[in-house]
Amino acid sequence: MGNQEKEPVFSAKNLKLFTAPLGRDNPITVQVLGICSALAVTVKLKPAIVMAISVTIVVAFSNVIIAAMRKYIPDRIRIIVQLVVAATMVILVDQILKAYAFDVSKQLSVFVGLIITNCILMGRLEAFAMANKPWPSFIDGLGNGAGYGLILIIVAFLRELLGSGSIYGYPVMEKLGLYSIGYENNGMMILPPMALIVVGLIIWVQRSRNRSLIDK
Amino acid sequence: MKEFSNKYIFIFSALMVIVVATLLSLAATLLQPRQLKNLEIEKKRSMLESIGIASTIQTTEILYDKYIKESFVIDSKGETVAGIDAFNVVLNIEHKKPAEEQYLPVFNAVSDNGEKAIIIPVEGKGLWGPLYGYVSLKTDMNTIYGVTFDHKGETPGLGAEINTTPFESMFIGKKLYEADAFVSIGVLKGGAKKDDPHNVDAISGGTITSKGLQKMLLDCIGKYNDYFLKNRK
Repeated sequence: MGNQEKEPVFSAKNLKLFTAPLGRDNPITVQVLGICSALAVTVKLKPAIVMAISVTIVVAFSNVIIAAMRKYIPDRIRIIVQLVVAATMVILVDQILKAYAFDVSKQLSVFVGLIITNCILMGRLEAFAMANKPWPSFIDGLGNGAGYGLILIIVAFLRELLGSGSIYGYPVMEKLGLYSIGYENNGMMILPPMALIVVGLIIWVQRSRNRSLIDK
Repeated sequence: MKEFSNKYIFIFSALMVIVVATLLSLAATLLQPRQLKNLEIEKKRSMLESIGIASTIQTTEILYDKYIKESFVIDSKGETVAGIDAFNVVLNIEHKKPAEEQYLPVFNAVSDNGEKAIIIPVEGKGLWGPLYGYVSLKTDMNTIYGVTFDHKGETPGLGAEINTTPFESMFIGKKLYEADAFVSIGVLKGGAKKDDPHNVDAISGGTITSKGLQKMLLDCIGKYNDYFLKNRK
């Protein structure tokens, strides 16, 4: 990759590209990107995890491709080029999965379409990959994918636990015997608005712990 | 930011389109045989699942030949139609024909302990796209032996739950008939009583998928009414 001779592969600067999106530069809670899919796939943990992994892979590799091409992309059609690269990648991956990993492709089904429309993808291509070398772009993609996944998993954990009484499909509430003493699942947790409220709560907690994020 | 001429932009976009189109069509053509094979295996696997036999991609074909003993096509009056391969009947093409001309596939299975079951395919509409699956019945042509459902793109965690074991297992042992009248299986919002022979619980937050599933069962299984009444034991 491009800048290996100038600085170490895992320099402090590169590491920060990975860790920043996990916390103070999180794509969902700070950049407020990818909210749409965050509410679509967080009813249960399993789809949230699958989505987190797929987005991470696609963001990382699209970032690399766009970063490698960045000097040749005409400014005026850059968004189209980014979209074409992202869409092509996703369709290729989908076709290959259908042929060689049919089970995984069944798992992903609708997510594939959701990945193309994910704002994080376009956001990172436009904001980072267009101005940076492939290797830092790759790390940036991984970091943002992971930061997105982290929030997705937290939201899905809460929604599945409170809405369906299970964790990753395992019926915890039933095993704890809570139903017999009158506990009921909160059906509202399953509905999309609750995903936004949970994300809102996470943003609240994050900002009250890290005041520098307020009025940024 | 460097300025690019219009000529450059046109050439760039033309090249990009050609490269992308070539890549995608190559991928589609080269991978198609494998993808079709996978779909065929998936179909066989679903059928096996509806009679409670789990298989992997590697074992599906062997198990299919072992358990599915015969397949044939009947018409809406329950008479056998000769010369049609039941496995390749496409349901959504059949659904567009007039009722008398539709081919209805039937698959006969025999389990390890010699118990017989018949498997029939079902297909209908969910919220975002098609629902499909297989329903297997005991030889009384009334009791559900097992079911398996799947969907193209129902909402993950909500409607998409129809293809999970907890949902599918609720159907086992339910009855299609009340005396001689076909009543199908209902998917009830708010929950069905445990001993209710004709209803199962709907999925919270998946109302339209649940209703689509109920309609699919009523429409598709209902067409076999004459065949069931003639052949039940």
